[in-house]
Amino acid sequence: MLTKRIIACLDVHGGRVVKGVQFVDLVDAGDPATQAARHAREGADEIVLLDITATHEGRQTLLDTVRRTARELFVPFCVGGGIRTADDAEQVFDAGADKVSVNSAALANPALIDAIGRSFGAQAVVVAIDARRDPEAADAVRDAQVFVQGGRKPAGRRVVEWAREAEARGAGEILLTSMDADGTRAGFDCELTAAVSAAVNIPVIASGGAGRVEHFVDVFGRGKADAALAASIFHFGVSSARSLKEDLTRAGVSVRLPC
Amino acid sequence: MRVTVIDYKAGNLTSVVKALRHLGAEPEVTDGDLPLVERAERIVLPGVGHFAATERLDATGLTGAIRAAIARGVPFLGICVGMQWLYAGSSEAPQQPGLGHFTEACTRFPECEEKVPHVGWNSLEVRDGSRLLAGIEQGAHVYFTHSYRAPVSGDTAAVTSYIEPFAAAVERGNVMGVQFHPEKSGTTGLKILGNFLAWQPKEAAC
Repeated sequence: MLTKRIIACLDVHGGRVVKGVQFVDLVDAGDPATQAARHAREGADEIVLLDITATHEGRQTLLDTVRRTARELFVPFCVGGGIRTADDAEQVFDAGADKVSVNSAALANPALIDAIGRSFGAQAVVVAIDARRDPEAADAVRDAQVFVQGGRKPAGRRVVEWAREAEARGAGEILLTSMDADGTRAGFDCELTAAVSAAVNIPVIASGGAGRVEHFVDVFGRGKADAALAASIFHFGVSSARSLKEDLTRAGVSVRLPC
Repeated sequence: MRVTVIDYKAGNLTSVVKALRHLGAEPEVTDGDLPLVERAERIVLPGVGHFAATERLDATGLTGAIRAAIARGVPFLGICVGMQWLYAGSSEAPQQPGLGHFTEACTRFPECEEKVPHVGWNSLEVRDGSRLLAGIEQGAHVYFTHSYRAPVSGDTAAVTSYIEPFAAAVERGNVMGVQFHPEKSGTTGLKILGNFLAWQPKEAAC
């Protein structure tokens, strides 16, 4: 049976893992290679490394970090942050990533999705969408809006439509972050996740709001998510992928238990 | 141990090469060096992406060189599209023949409620006698990402179910294939790659 994936996310700034609420008040949370290896050992199904530096000077640091992290990692490894061209993507693949995640650059230039997919296959392209419900709209979920710049600026696109376009252009997966839920630890936005999952035929990774095991049970059930991203829940030993998966198994969710 | 990794420009080989190196092998990558394939000791054909990309194997003469190597008894492992290529062909690119080592053809998962592609960790039902999967527990999980798959047959070494059962691994003599990505399947995947590297052709005669 196909299991639900638990994906550990490392936000990286200047070569270090950091954690903050909505990209502010950053706290050092360790070395990316060490953290990634620990998560994989404890049963994370995949590792996502998001570079939040995304400056020109930071690129070389990022590629070094990707190379070091990939060296002893034998689960799928996705890298995002600052990938603006197919050449940027190629450098990250050469450094050892299996997938790249593109966000604002794909909104500015949707053909980027086609270009990376053509060269590296659809399975290698994850389109990350930062979403906010639109409280003014008649249907806050159906009309949820795509945001850029860490959730500050509307991109002028509806989430569900953008997800469909990304799939049509050759995206292999959608990484959907609810900016409303992100950092709250109050649960995923299950309605929004379910709406996007129903609209596309590719996997949807839910992100934003993980705080307790029940939140994962909920997003895999009601939210129709194929995978869920967890960042802060794993830091500082609060919870491990192993204990999360043991709890999920008890709750009747099919997951891969670590050896 | 030398392992010849075939590059047909369909995606990135970094992970496969890294995993082989981690296991102590010396991978050498080629996109058309026929003499290298002629003296290969072990061949891995990775692959992601579209079946049509295997056309390049014909165009470069690699198909013939690989066929000859297989006939010589060289251990061969196809991964993902590399496994599908061992069959007669795939409905993904009907005009492009596969190697035909296995006579069945690969087809797309049927349209239904479930999503296609099949992406993620799914379990293996290992069949008795598989050398590639020796020591792999029933129900062990491995990582898949694909939309086309081979049917279950007498040569199937492991079955996985998604929508319906399909061949997750195939094995006959020195020719083996896996639909999943052993290089991305944690310790289970490394053990399977290790089995491939450890397998000695002379055992085939026993």
